[in-house]
Amino acid sequence: MNDFIMADAPMDTSALRRALLVPQAGGFCSFEGWVRQANEGRAVCGIDYSAFVPLALTEGQRILLEAKQRFAICRVTAMHRTGYLPIGETAVWIGVAAAHRDAAFSACRYIIDEIKQRVPIWKHEHYASGETGWVPCHTR
Amino acid sequence: MPDIELQYFAQLQDEAGRGHERRQTPAPTAAALYDELRNVYGFALAPACMRVAINAAFAPWDQPLREGDHVAFIPPVTGG
Repeated sequence: MNDFIMADAPMDTSALRRALLVPQAGGFCSFEGWVRQANEGRAVCGIDYSAFVPLALTEGQRILLEAKQRFAICRVTAMHRTGYLPIGETAVWIGVAAAHRDAAFSACRYIIDEIKQRVPIWKHEHYASGETGWVPCHTR
Repeated sequence: MPDIELQYFAQLQDEAGRGHERRQTPAPTAAALYDELRNVYGFALAPACMRVAINAAFAPWDQPLREGDHVAFIPPVTGG
């Protein structure tokens, strides 16, 4: 089963969370990335996410395997959206279940940082002015 | 000359004006192919800030190209 999901429509994240509820887990940590109303001082009305899906799936799955090797976690799932997302929509969701909180927090942080650096997904921002632009890169 | 399947993403797709193409090329490597395409489409991105995927797996820029390879140049990623 692939724990890294590329979704072209909104997903029920409460169902993703439920699938991580295992008896050996004592803590759960999640991170959601949302579409924000402004970027670099420009008013944004939405973001069109595109991806090289086959490579995004293998690279995303590799990141989750690395997280399992580095941190004492029980289960993990991550989901990233493609398509046009308006302000407030969830672009990325990560859930980690672990016996103890430290591993859950650390793995969650590791996974979002690596996704942002390695997974072939691109943001095309739509601005309130009517213009659009590719986000050049991000370091935060 | 090998026949290569190219796929373009993000800025490269806008600059090339297409998402896919098949191309016969004398370029022996992905790096040489990108140089060739830069001359055709005027890609602004320098290869130093990109990666290349051959047959949907990250590959070194100097990997020799073979007949039928699928090549995608990966602009700086901005997911999350």
